[in-house]
Amino acid sequence: MHAHSEALVRDITRRALEFRIDVLNMVLVNNSGHIGGSFSAAEIIASLYFHHLRIDPDNPKWPDRDRFILSKGHACPMLYAALAHRGFFEPSELLTFRSYGSRLQGAPDSNKTPGVEVPAGPLGHGIAVGAGMALAQRSRGSKPSSLSAPSSRAAAGSVYVVLGDGEMAAGVVWEGALLAAKYHLGNLTAILDYNGIQQTGATAERTALEPIAEKWRAFGWHVVEVHGHNVAEILDALDRCDEVHAQPSMIIARTVKGKGVDFMEYDHGWHGKAPSQEQYKAAIEQLEKEIEKWQN
Amino acid sequence: MAELVSMRHAYGEALVALGHSRADVVVLDAEVSNSDFSFMFQEAFPERFYDVGIAEQALVDAAAGFAHAGFLPLANTFASFFDGRALEMVRTHLCYAQTNVKLMAAYSGLSPSFDGPTHHCITDLAIMRALPRMTVVVPADCESLSRLLPAVADYPGPVYFRISRAEVPRVYGDEFKPTIGKAYTVREGSDVTIVACGLMVSKAIEAASVLGEAGVSVRILDMHTIKPFDREAVLAAARETKALVTAEEHSIVGGLGDAVAAVTAEGCPVPLRRVGVADQFAETGPYETVLEGCGLTSEAVVQAANAVLELKADGVRS
Repeated sequence: MHAHSEALVRDITRRALEFRIDVLNMVLVNNSGHIGGSFSAAEIIASLYFHHLRIDPDNPKWPDRDRFILSKGHACPMLYAALAHRGFFEPSELLTFRSYGSRLQGAPDSNKTPGVEVPAGPLGHGIAVGAGMALAQRSRGSKPSSLSAPSSRAAAGSVYVVLGDGEMAAGVVWEGALLAAKYHLGNLTAILDYNGIQQTGATAERTALEPIAEKWRAFGWHVVEVHGHNVAEILDALDRCDEVHAQPSMIIARTVKGKGVDFMEYDHGWHGKAPSQEQYKAAIEQLEKEIEKWQN
Repeated sequence: MAELVSMRHAYGEALVALGHSRADVVVLDAEVSNSDFSFMFQEAFPERFYDVGIAEQALVDAAAGFAHAGFLPLANTFASFFDGRALEMVRTHLCYAQTNVKLMAAYSGLSPSFDGPTHHCITDLAIMRALPRMTVVVPADCESLSRLLPAVADYPGPVYFRISRAEVPRVYGDEFKPTIGKAYTVREGSDVTIVACGLMVSKAIEAASVLGEAGVSVRILDMHTIKPFDREAVLAAARETKALVTAEEHSIVGGLGDAVAAVTAEGCPVPLRRVGVADQFAETGPYETVLEGCGLTSEAVVQAANAVLELKADGVRS
């Protein structure tokens, strides 16, 4: 039994599929960009931007907004697609991705792109930056507002970070993890896009991460595990983590790299390359067929 | 010999004063607060002080997070960690993101002299001034530090503020009114200009009095802001005195001397000598001994001045 309506879940699931088409179109513009890790994060990012985050595209610097940090910055095509359709800029601008003079840089630039909170690209920063933000938001006087909100989310805005599994090899991830636990940052939630594949192969064969859940628990985090392409599970997990006030939360979202296009799934070859025209057409066809199933 | 004053103690006092004047200031420290004296702020404003542990990368990233939420974070640790361990954080999350984070770089130069070359920091000016959008400020003494810190706090964007661990000679009194980005003329002179920063301003003053006894008129510029660089002041000195010496507690590679060389080579080439640490690591020892071992003395500045005066005279003859 999920707390969110079927209509909402279907809407977000359909959008995540549509954003994958945007991503393919964007990568095709300059034959450059990262498809695999964008696709694995599609439902996570769509769930955040089309339900969970308290944000205002007309007032992107609203001080009490929720903050989103894409620590795995190379998945920014998916973030740009979500931002555009959420109203931060025109979707037509997506086709300037990675072009000279574009506001949509190859890796996120908070000075150029409306709605982007911090730069990313060099991996590992999200949790440490997010911990600073969460600490700052809490010290602005954000107490859980149990009277005013359906959940007891902090009034001054919470911080959400999406990171990849490969970047968990970076030391600063764990510096940030310790910092967030030390200060009991209940207003910080990280979502691990656990697709199991990094640039040169399987994460398990590169730097072994398991047992991941136990690692984060041992570092003092509240841990939830979900199916990372199941929107209902993602939305529930986000709600549950907002109720945890004395610990930061980690949602371990099991995902598939390249999810949504069969020949791209589970293949590290699709980490950072553009499709041929034939592959592009085949991919669009698959995604459009799937979108049909999720129309409300 | 001028009176010696502890720069880190002056920093602690200036930090507390800043805490009183600006409510948006928060101080983050990487567990060296009793070394860099940010503990004085912690005692005065415990609710605005955050110890991130021995985690300099998270220190800089978390400070960026505070800045994004509208605070004015001052991140404190040793200079050698900012210019090394946390440099990628400084580049990406302070410079590229243009966040309002101020780096309080303690134990700079050779001032942690007994700790040795792992703790000395003689590359920071070169590294920090190469970063787009960074501002680099080097106080010459404690008065300069306490005048410049509020200006650094008011200055937009990331600023690298270089602080000595040592007791340093008093250079300035009440007359000192620095402006970030503008060289300060310590004394006027017409034969040669010594362009100095930090501790070496005091050595330049000693050198100028020795040179003065020999009838040489010495101008001294305190280049307290290494970036943005006051090209006009340096070019005016080159045009008017036609001989330059630079003096810095930093490697000869990429610091103040190289900045002056680049500006004058393009704008007004004149004889120039750079006093700084040769391209090598120093050694452990008492501060003054380490400085002497690296050639950072008033005598070295006098020799350099005499060398450029000779070149200038040769140039006039030829």
